[in-house]
Amino acid sequence: MDYTLMREFADSWGLLAMAVFFVGCIAFALRPGGRAQADEAARIPLKDD
Amino acid sequence: MAVTIRRKFEIGDFAMRFGTEIVLLSLFAFAALVAAGFGADEPFRQHMWVLFFAVAGFTAILLRKTEFKPAAPIDPEAYMDGPVRYGAIATMFWGVVGMLVGVVIALQLAYPDLNIQPWFNFGRLRPLHTSGVVFAFGGNALLCTSLYVVQRTCRARLFGGDLAWFVFWGYQLFIVMAATGYLLGITESREYAEPEWYVDIWLTIVWVAYLLLFLGTIMKRKEPHIYVANWFYLSFIVTIAMLHVVNNLSMPASFLGSKSYSAFSGVQDALTQWWYGHNAVGFFLTAGFLGMMYYFVPKQANRPVYSYRLSIIHFWAIIFLYIWAGPHHLHYTALPDWAQTLGMVFSIMLWMPSWGGMINGLMTLSGAWDKIRTDPIIRMMVMAIAFYGMSTFEGPMMSIKTVNSLSHYTDWTIGHVHSGALGWVGMISFGAIYYMVPKLWNRQRLYSLRLVTWHFWLATLGIVVYAAVMWVSGIMQGLMWREYDEQGFLVYSFAETVAAMHPYYVMRAAGGALYLSGALLMAWNITMTILGYQREEQPLPGSEPALQLAE
Repeated sequence: MDYTLMREFADSWGLLAMAVFFVGCIAFALRPGGRAQADEAARIPLKDD
Repeated sequence: MAVTIRRKFEIGDFAMRFGTEIVLLSLFAFAALVAAGFGADEPFRQHMWVLFFAVAGFTAILLRKTEFKPAAPIDPEAYMDGPVRYGAIATMFWGVVGMLVGVVIALQLAYPDLNIQPWFNFGRLRPLHTSGVVFAFGGNALLCTSLYVVQRTCRARLFGGDLAWFVFWGYQLFIVMAATGYLLGITESREYAEPEWYVDIWLTIVWVAYLLLFLGTIMKRKEPHIYVANWFYLSFIVTIAMLHVVNNLSMPASFLGSKSYSAFSGVQDALTQWWYGHNAVGFFLTAGFLGMMYYFVPKQANRPVYSYRLSIIHFWAIIFLYIWAGPHHLHYTALPDWAQTLGMVFSIMLWMPSWGGMINGLMTLSGAWDKIRTDPIIRMMVMAIAFYGMSTFEGPMMSIKTVNSLSHYTDWTIGHVHSGALGWVGMISFGAIYYMVPKLWNRQRLYSLRLVTWHFWLATLGIVVYAAVMWVSGIMQGLMWREYDEQGFLVYSFAETVAAMHPYYVMRAAGGALYLSGALLMAWNITMTILGYQREEQPLPGSEPALQLAE
């Protein structure tokens, strides 16, 4: 495995995989119905001491 | 006929407290002694003497505390706060030490006669300051708050029994070895990663234990959801492990010597160093302290974070963008142009998640803005978040190549780092410690809230003086360096630019001294709180609800 091969992978499938993962994370956070769960999660620190 | 039933002795009845630890530490001390005898070079032998005395001294303390009684049973439900308490004290202690060294080296720059050769010259004290404030003060703050937060948001006791104690003391040993190594002149000359190979290996062991401790606690959580603060802490632990190992890949000249050579050379070495260096900023000084923000700001304000979904987006955007920003430290060097541009572009993109996070932190107070006036701890946290916003605005701007051609290698960079370090990292840690200490020691409140107010203003004034002075000095320095006359000759010699900066160096030391004096007040306040005193003082205006008129 040399630099050129790694570079080629980074420029193509690697880039695509990371971009898709990132967009997926955002989409998951903003999914319909996610708000209630998020509001619930936001209260975790306030539940006890 | 009476039958005497004798209870069988169990192994626990005779177990020596700290038995295994004492044996292992004695062997460790002996190994250090052997290394001190057979070391290949003088600094290594001296360093091994330091290690020997540190470990042997620690063993002696354990020997004095040992007993042959069965250990008291541990409630598996109760939080393990011992290491957190020690960590809070260590944070305060190393904070004062690191900031004091900072003021000393600021004065050394202004008055070179203060360089005391060889141990206390600027070259050796500077890494002592940076490691002291970043890794000793900041690192202990992250360590103790992460263990505090992960238990309370997972509703689970720390994983692994005494593992937390190993992580705490192991980390302190790393700090002592790094600090004494610098003073002895032992260095890898990699910025923020100066410790030599054997100290690096020790830190790797401690860090893997920290990762196991943190992950193990998350695994046994009773709360189904992993709260976002833990994501930030975990990303900090994982990324620092990766950065530390890769950046410190090196070959020791001797396995009993203090010198090693990097596995990389030339521009690859420089890029590895700044991939590490900038991500140390991104994941140590940002992600970790954001974890602190996402727990302690809601707690102190007693309100949930403004938008939990924004915090998730903040997290993933920081993770995906920060890791590429390092090349902006190598503008106009032998690094290929495309890599420099890549670093610049990703740095500019970082504006968005950084400001998203800042807005999220500040807006947590929405509907309770009066707390900024009435609660000095909230005020401190808000100032921290404001400085997070300011320095993450300044940073991307400085990464733009044309701006960088003026700012690079000048004091402007130093000013930028300090607005982030003193403003963001320092203030959010102070806020977290002020919040935690009364809870950890079961005190009703802090010794004095008025001292917190004093600390707030001393620190804020100190940062403002420091950063403003460094802007002036840095831009002046950059402009003097690049000034040509009509025949194409440089107008100023280097020494002239140094002489021109003298007044600013004096003012910078004054700003640092203000910040240090605030930290000293805090150390006093925290000590008195731990000892159980409460100062009798007028309550802060507005901090107590106004009396209701009888109807």
